[in-house]
Amino acid sequence: MRRGGRGAGWTVGAVLAVGWALLPVAWILSLSLKAGDDVQNRRFLPTAWTLESYRVVFRSALFTSALRNSIGVSLIATTISVALATLAAYAIVRLEFRGKRLVLGMALSVAMFPVISIVGPLFDVWRSVGLYDTWPGLVIPFLSFTLPLSIWVLAAFLRQLPWELEEAALMDGATRWQAFRRVVVPLAAPGVFTAAILTFLFAWNDFVFGISLTSTDRARTVPAALAFFTGASEFQHPAAAIAAAAVVATVPVVLLVLLFQRRIVAGLTSGAVKG
Amino acid sequence: MASITLERVVKRYAPGAPPAVDGVSLSVRDGELVALVGPSGCGKSTLLRMIAGLEEITEGELRLDAERANEQGPRERGLAMVFQSYALYPHLTVFENVAFPLRLARRREEEIRRKVGEVVALLGLEELLDRKPGQLSGGQRQRVAIGRAIVREARAYLFDEPLSNLDARLRGQTRTELARLQRRLGVTTVYVTHDQLEAMTLGERVAVLRRGRLQQVAPPRDLYARPVNLFVAGFIGSPPMNFVPAIVDGECLSLPFTRVPLPSELLRRLPPGPLIAGIRPEHLADAALVTREERGRGTTFEARVDLIEWLGDAQLAYAPYDAPRELAETIRSLARELDGEAPRTQLVVSLDARSGIRGGATARLWLDPRRVHVFDPRTGESLTAASSAAS
Ligand SMILES: Nc1ncnc2c1ncn2[C@@H]1O[C@H](COP(=O)(O)OP(=O)(O)OP(=O)(O)O)[C@@H](O)[C@H]1O
Ligand SMILES: [Mg+2]
Repeated sequence: MRRGGRGAGWTVGAVLAVGWALLPVAWILSLSLKAGDDVQNRRFLPTAWTLESYRVVFRSALFTSALRNSIGVSLIATTISVALATLAAYAIVRLEFRGKRLVLGMALSVAMFPVISIVGPLFDVWRSVGLYDTWPGLVIPFLSFTLPLSIWVLAAFLRQLPWELEEAALMDGATRWQAFRRVVVPLAAPGVFTAAILTFLFAWNDFVFGISLTSTDRARTVPAALAFFTGASEFQHPAAAIAAAAVVATVPVVLLVLLFQRRIVAGLTSGAVKG
Repeated sequence: MASITLERVVKRYAPGAPPAVDGVSLSVRDGELVALVGPSGCGKSTLLRMIAGLEEITEGELRLDAERANEQGPRERGLAMVFQSYALYPHLTVFENVAFPLRLARRREEEIRRKVGEVVALLGLEELLDRKPGQLSGGQRQRVAIGRAIVREARAYLFDEPLSNLDARLRGQTRTELARLQRRLGVTTVYVTHDQLEAMTLGERVAVLRRGRLQQVAPPRDLYARPVNLFVAGFIGSPPMNFVPAIVDGECLSLPFTRVPLPSELLRRLPPGPLIAGIRPEHLADAALVTREERGRGTTFEARVDLIEWLGDAQLAYAPYDAPRELAETIRSLARELDGEAPRTQLVVSLDARSGIRGGATARLWLDPRRVHVFDPRTGESLTAASSAAS
């Protein structure tokens, strides 16, 4: 009886929490499906369903180029960040060197740095070195803000891997690099995915860098582009189109998390050592 | 195959720290199995890992065959190792775990299949090839770990307590399998264990390590019959050797419960003052079961037995006695180091199963004087090992 009661409590709680979190998403979804004049009718559900806003969004060069920029910049930043972070975390965990704690501490403080405080100087620097409104101009700041977190996540993960697995690989005739690639990397995969998703989300959702360091279609990302949106015609309110663009921008993130959550959760190391 | 030679090898984990391995010299002949045994923390793993190339050698030299190997990495040394924790690759199947060294050596696929097949058949792992290590029992994991080590022709094999996590029955069984395997393959092996029984049954020679120092290296029979010091004497043999206070008294060695006549040649070498005598439980017997001829050669005495433990094929009798304080302390600290029980001022006697001796009564016991060991209580050195007295 008591267990059943508690189970019901949990279910109600979970439904409330999920509903609370999903309400804005549902609102935007419904907004994006409304036809022209419905937008301001203060009803939750559209009176007439239409995909017109999506058509508008995908026909606008502003959005498609922004989508291309977002995907490109985020993927590049993620790849570089995860690759560097894996190597750095490995070095921090496995090697004894002076100032190890200092490196970790500094990495963390960089991650704590308020983004907004460096945007101004960065704008000036980027303009003078020619990185303003380019992909690298975004990738570099993304890297510097996501690397510390990735390193922390991966270091925590690698620390749990038994040293002996690598030593076993060395005894089996592997070079250090082979031991790293064939034993450490596969076992660290869940940690790598976690770091990758965190990095990707940061880059994908970034607004401050996107709006300040870009000026044209060349590098402007989706969150920044949304601010420049207009509707199908200049006289129409763009809310529905913005909503559609927001939905399109959310989909990859949701897919990513759904796709990889199994890998993240998987406890891959079980059975490596006895006990 | 290769021989392994250690010369005055020292390991310090930190500069200035007390050495974990202290001046060990040992040579393992080509094809020989040497068991390295000692209590926990005595430096066994450290020594093995220095041979493997996983730990740097602070001082001294390691030679594989005739070649200095101190500076070589594990890969160059070409030795195989079974880890105390097995260290199986959790993301690979049993087949891939065993095949791993061959894949690294870039062997051809058909050769890999053949070799892994042979090893797997040898170890009885055929049914488990597609499982991951997480789905195996302890004994199965251990066999996979051995398979991974023997699948390629290594120059020598290093085992670090591979059986320590198995239950008693499985351990005994695997021990004999291992012995058989080693004799058949005839491979140079260093086998680390803290279990003296395992060391004695597996090793062609046994090396006893204590606090980083090698105490004695000898074939099991010699180690049993002629331990060079108190530590080795107490470590080898089960139940452990009895240590009792002794003192030379005329032609005899005086023990708390009897006087033992000793050969005059030995007596002359014994210093005056307190000594420690060592008597193995199995070298004492129920006087009633000893033949008349044997009784003549030995000493018969009476002792009060307070407890009997029946083991099926034998019985253990416990006879407490009083010991002078200063010797009791030496004996007690030795017992602590050997993970022994509380103060051992009792005589343990291994009796024949037929013996009628009962607990709570006085028993007539028999002792063979030729099997009494005598130790110097200050240095712990055996005063009898060199002679043939205790054989
Ligand atoms: N990495 C290390 N750093 C510092 N000291 C160490 C290290 N590894 C071992 N030691 C010390 O060296 C000594 C020998 O350790 P070792 O692991 O060789 O013992 P062992 O004989 O294998 O013991 P066990 O039977 O418990 O495995 C111990 O006192 C231990 O504390
Ligand atoms: Mg050990």
